[in-house]
Amino acid sequence: MNTAKSLTISLIAASLLASASAVQAGATLDAVRKNGFIKCGVSDGLPGFSYADEKGNYSGIDVDVCRAVAAAVFGDAKKLKFTPLTAKERLTALQSGEIDVLSRNTTWTSSRDSAQGLNFTGVTYYDGQGFLINKKLGVKSAKELDGATVCVQAGTTTELNLSDYFRANKMKFTPISYDKSDESAKALEAGRCDVLTSDQSQLYAQRIKLAQPDQYVVLPDVISKEPLGPVVRHGDDDWFDIVKWTLFAMVDAEELGIDSKNVEEMKKSTNPDIKRMLGVEGDKGKDFGLANDWIAVVIKQVGNYGEIFERNVGKGSPLKIERGLNALWTQGGLQYAPPVR
Amino acid sequence: MAESHIPHPDLPPPANVIGVFGWLHRNLLSSPLNIALTVLALYLLSITILPLLNWAVFDAAWSGETRADCQAHSGACWIFIQAHFDQFMYGFYPEAQRWRVNTAVLLLVLSAAPLFVRAIPNAYKVRLGLGLLVIYPIIAYMLFKGGLFGLSGVDTRRWGGLFLTLVIAGVGMTAALPLGVLLALGRRSQMPAIQTLCVTFIEFWRGVPLITVLFMSSVMLPLFLPEGMNFDKLLRALIGVTLFQAAYMAEVVRGGLQAIPKGQFEAAAALGLGYWKIMALIVLPQALKLVIPGIVNTFIALFKDTSLVLIIGLFDLMNIVHNATTNPEWLGFSTEGYVFAAAVYWLFCFSMSRYSQSLEKRLHTGHKR
Repeated sequence: MNTAKSLTISLIAASLLASASAVQAGATLDAVRKNGFIKCGVSDGLPGFSYADEKGNYSGIDVDVCRAVAAAVFGDAKKLKFTPLTAKERLTALQSGEIDVLSRNTTWTSSRDSAQGLNFTGVTYYDGQGFLINKKLGVKSAKELDGATVCVQAGTTTELNLSDYFRANKMKFTPISYDKSDESAKALEAGRCDVLTSDQSQLYAQRIKLAQPDQYVVLPDVISKEPLGPVVRHGDDDWFDIVKWTLFAMVDAEELGIDSKNVEEMKKSTNPDIKRMLGVEGDKGKDFGLANDWIAVVIKQVGNYGEIFERNVGKGSPLKIERGLNALWTQGGLQYAPPVR
Repeated sequence: MAESHIPHPDLPPPANVIGVFGWLHRNLLSSPLNIALTVLALYLLSITILPLLNWAVFDAAWSGETRADCQAHSGACWIFIQAHFDQFMYGFYPEAQRWRVNTAVLLLVLSAAPLFVRAIPNAYKVRLGLGLLVIYPIIAYMLFKGGLFGLSGVDTRRWGGLFLTLVIAGVGMTAALPLGVLLALGRRSQMPAIQTLCVTFIEFWRGVPLITVLFMSSVMLPLFLPEGMNFDKLLRALIGVTLFQAAYMAEVVRGGLQAIPKGQFEAAAALGLGYWKIMALIVLPQALKLVIPGIVNTFIALFKDTSLVLIIGLFDLMNIVHNATTNPEWLGFSTEGYVFAAAVYWLFCFSMSRYSQSLEKRLHTGHKR
């Protein structure tokens, strides 16, 4: 009796959910155009990725992705409404249509891509778990960490990845777990542990908190895959394409040497690839239902991928994260985008 | 020889039983055990208070503009608080429009001030209080939200900081008390339909945690609404908080109602008063007075519970402090931020507690034991 009842309830809930998403299918772009702005879900505060300043202006790499989509759709990167989301509510917020695109350091995993009804549109940042260590210990690689005391920034899978890695390499370690990121930074500084582990993007933020940031270094080893990217709902392929190709276009632009400063000059270029991208030749924009020069607008208002990276997390920011895996494929990184043609 | 006896004048008490030394002797050093405890307490204080003072006052950075000014000091970085102070107070409310928030607060203080002057007769106070209760929220809402009379509109997602905390707490308190009184009366009602309704309502809202209510209102509710019908996140949170607190308030008030002897009801009925008059003139004034500690307790809990709205991405005082700690230019000062937030919460809760105590003293007509 009870199981039958709960089954009925879950069936009703499921059909409600299904009908809700069916209504939205294919309609996101129209709805966005009607509203006059894109509803973008971002983090409730993560250095370099999303942060709201005193005036409520958002900045960060995740924020710039949304600005680029707004520039692509409206020709104006300001036509956005940001919704700060906690890790727990982010996926439901997208499923329920409260936001149109989720750009909130979300790791691309198979279960999210399939069972949770989401589509990952690409990778804005190849993250992974790494190690922060004092330079004076002279450690050059994580393989030399046998017997180390490790401060762990408690997370969803951080502890698990750590023990897997040490076991696979037949090394011993003593973990000390911390809930708050400030605590773990202080513990490393006080020498309570030899090395601090967390996602690499976090380690760079942790490093700033230390009294002598220059004395510490993030080891090159990455022990887990955390590809972070923007997410849209299942079932609206047109919208999926727009977000996906906005991202691709920014990577391609960097590869072709187009940036926010030289984009107008580049329109005069004789290179057919550049001409196609900037909408001087062909009508690539129409296929997406966008203006023909949409990529030029995105690059002009937001910048190419390299510019976004350096401005928010790289050399132009306090975080000073190396390009590393996020360099272009032509420079030994993983950022590779299909061509615009 | 009759010589009258002149007693020797009283000697002053020995130096070690009066004054500072007397107090020290009596209270701290009266027995070997007490001496040992005093020494231990002094030791504990010295190892906790001294470093705390050093951190918070002597070694702290008090003046400067940037993060670099803090790095020369080993103690707290209060510059972080100074730099973000306006943000902590108003959230993302546009700077040019912040006078509206200030005006509303000033208006409330000025118009509510007569309520606290004892010389003014109660009849006026009741009228003024009820008038305020109805008119002030409307004025305040128009000032905050704008969009009328040439005021530019300010979206509720830009509301934040202490301002938002006070809005949530204020709405929650003023709406939950009357609702709670009605629910309490309904629960004790003779009419089965009303009684069942009230009991169900109270037991349902008391049975779920506030965090669940907020989460449901923010995340699940939109799933069941038709596409495009999406009402304000803050409004959803306010409704959730109010209904939740009303259920608690109802039980507090019911406690007061049960303490009123049956004779009071019967005597009032014998005078020919109807139900509402019995309640409003005889029972509730006595019952509410009895449960002032309980009501204030609920208010204080509500004030602190407002910080839970950070789970649904509203930037109340707590969340705006958290947001500031993620500022790439100001990383690593979360301790200072949270200490500041704690101090502000304490200040408000302590004031409420003191006010309720003075209220109890003033109203202790015939109940004090």
